[in-house]
Amino acid sequence: MDDSSCRFILICSGKGGVGKTTLTANLGVALAKLDCKTAVLDADFGLRNLDLMLGLENRIVYTAQDLLSGSCRLEQALVKHKQEPRLSLMPAGNPRMLEWLKTDHMKEIATLLAPRFDYVLIDAPAGVEAGFRNAAAAAGEAIVVANPEISSVRDADRVIGLLNARGIQPLQLVLNRVRPTMVAHQQMLSVEDVLDILALPLVGMVCEDEQVIMSANRGEPLTLNDGGSPAAVEYACIARRLQGEAVPLPDLDSQNQGLLSRLGRLMNTRIL
Amino acid sequence: MAIRELLERLFGRQPATAAMARQRLRLVLAHDRSDLNPELVERMRREILAVVSKYVELEDGHGEVNLETEDRTTALVANLPIRRVRSSL
Repeated sequence: MDDSSCRFILICSGKGGVGKTTLTANLGVALAKLDCKTAVLDADFGLRNLDLMLGLENRIVYTAQDLLSGSCRLEQALVKHKQEPRLSLMPAGNPRMLEWLKTDHMKEIATLLAPRFDYVLIDAPAGVEAGFRNAAAAAGEAIVVANPEISSVRDADRVIGLLNARGIQPLQLVLNRVRPTMVAHQQMLSVEDVLDILALPLVGMVCEDEQVIMSANRGEPLTLNDGGSPAAVEYACIARRLQGEAVPLPDLDSQNQGLLSRLGRLMNTRIL
Repeated sequence: MAIRELLERLFGRQPATAAMARQRLRLVLAHDRSDLNPELVERMRREILAVVSKYVELEDGHGEVNLETEDRTTALVANLPIRRVRSSL
């Protein structure tokens, strides 16, 4: 926090199940691959999952809680990723000790991490209550994750309002789990619709990709291997955009240039 | 009406739901962002109509007072068609 070279990015959404933890894990790996020293911090102390996404669940000995109580040193609490040693996980505390974490604890952890890392990604819990407020305490900027789905957009709007009130800047949007065919048939909110409503700059747009679930099953984030799955490619692009590179956003129309989508556009011609 | 809607009506298919989501979101977000509940807006609407009606005669049943939102700014928008100015003034 005080070390200005370390970026503390809160990954949040309001609604659960939109892909926060998946984004945190994949972005963490992608940033590490770009040679950035990155820590991912599981701020969901009630329901922790970031360890599972990264395949590190069996290597956790100490947690953030042990670190703050002085039972271990920082190096012991940080779990280094085997394949990507520039990436470390700071595991959440014990789920049975929900009360211990306060905003001051979060700031303390941030102060310890700041001199060692280029990026700290904070995986916020769902909701807008105490857990979210604690997670936001150390954030310098935020990525709001939303699905093009009515309740997710509403909850994202609420979170944006809260982040604005705290003066957290910049706020950027990742639109996740987009289904291009449904958008083409006007059965799903389009990127433009969501941007129009939430009025945030878009830093990434990830299409629904079943590889995401398969990679979670394996405990290997998609960005770990140089596979060409569409979600993996876009996660890597988001990391480069965070690094200030001008990487164009994926073009939904290019994935929909078949006869069907041209027919779809024809169907929207106004006749009355 | 777009070609799509015509065909949808002819063949009884599900209409495009994205537009419904857009419209419902706009309304609900205008309320969320301003922290005004619909009941309060309705009370405001009635009072505004009462005040305006003291000076001008309004078209019956056409007085609209709504919350609208654009670029994260919420505005109270009133659309009150005037039939005539009250002659007693």
